[in-house]
Amino acid sequence: MARITASVYTSHVPAIGAALDLGKSQEPYWQPVFQGYEPSKQWMADNTPDVIFLVYNDHATAFSLEMIPTFAIGTAAQFQPADEGWGPRPVPVVQGHPELAAHIAQSVIQDDFDLTIVNKMDVDHGLTVPLSLMFGQPQAWPCPVIPFAVNVVQYPVPSGRRCFMLGQAIRRAIDSFDQPLKVQIWGTGGMSHQLQGPRAGLINQPFDNAFLDRLIADPAGQAAVPHIDYVREAGSEGIELVMWLIARGAMADVAGGPAPTVKHRFYHVPASNTAVGHLILENN
Amino acid sequence: MALDKPYLDVPGTTIFDADQSRKGYHLNQFCMSLMKAENRETFKRDERAYLDQWPMTEEQKQGVLTRDLNRCIAAGGNIYFLAKIGATDGKSFQYMAASMTGMTQEQYAAMMLAGGRSPDGNRFIGEQRGEKN
Repeated sequence: MARITASVYTSHVPAIGAALDLGKSQEPYWQPVFQGYEPSKQWMADNTPDVIFLVYNDHATAFSLEMIPTFAIGTAAQFQPADEGWGPRPVPVVQGHPELAAHIAQSVIQDDFDLTIVNKMDVDHGLTVPLSLMFGQPQAWPCPVIPFAVNVVQYPVPSGRRCFMLGQAIRRAIDSFDQPLKVQIWGTGGMSHQLQGPRAGLINQPFDNAFLDRLIADPAGQAAVPHIDYVREAGSEGIELVMWLIARGAMADVAGGPAPTVKHRFYHVPASNTAVGHLILENN
Repeated sequence: MALDKPYLDVPGTTIFDADQSRKGYHLNQFCMSLMKAENRETFKRDERAYLDQWPMTEEQKQGVLTRDLNRCIAAGGNIYFLAKIGATDGKSFQYMAASMTGMTQEQYAAMMLAGGRSPDGNRFIGEQRGEKN
């Protein structure tokens, strides 16, 4: 049977991707960011999964206002890096895992979550920047990826509680897949940031660090935090952090298993307009 | 019955909810059209003529023509869509962010390097704006 081995959490700031693509990763501004992911790249090399289930959000790239799915699972064999206005990022094509993705879609929908099934979709920086941070610049990504896009652009976005419960449904789905696959689930976006209006540039380091503490030790409690607290404390775009609760809900301890081990934790301000947070939790 | 919108008292912030999305639909879809290189060229050649092809309000069009992103947001624009105007102009996202705050890009970048804008004084409308940023 398939099983979730670990969860990875990271911001997906587009400027990080641009810095890497333009060869600026060793510049003084960016060096501390990439330094913080060096242990993660080693950990990934030692623990490469068979599949990554990657929770992220589209930023008005694949989804305009014509259709706004709250939860969308990518079931295609391939996903092209999107042209977000500056040309596509020079990163490998993302290979999907249609068989596992279709299995998860069927299981999770039967578990009362209404997923939109997407058979054709380009993937933007929300998905490719985390891959770059964890794998660097390989010729091909080392494993297939199932993109899972969450609407956090048009309010109301799904609640933290619903995201946390969805993660539990995804774990049940993966557990019931009849192949011996090691699966990682990633939650991306955040941390505190606001990109719009006179309050743009908001960063809240105490909030971010408390979020990381609570995500590790009391995820059910964090899942009960309402939207308005994220907006007020972490900025209007800080709401992306609810996506981390999907990955956290899929961990074994939420279903009565042992607590996960924290393999790495990193926090840095700023990357362009945003606070960068990162966590690796391993199931035991 | 009125919907619960607890976010209306957050200063300097417009939450892009279903009402804003309804108001801004054509403005945001115009922005989306700038994802295509040929549309960017047509827009740059005659901005007014390109905008007039869209059923946008005059207020929305003026917001775009003057590159006043706060005005665009008030008229239903969403920042991820509006960012495509900046990309068309060859501007960085940080330039766009700074333009909404009344700061120069240099001042804004310095604020971010110093740890960003503090939430203190910036949680509720009517609170004193934090001076320390």
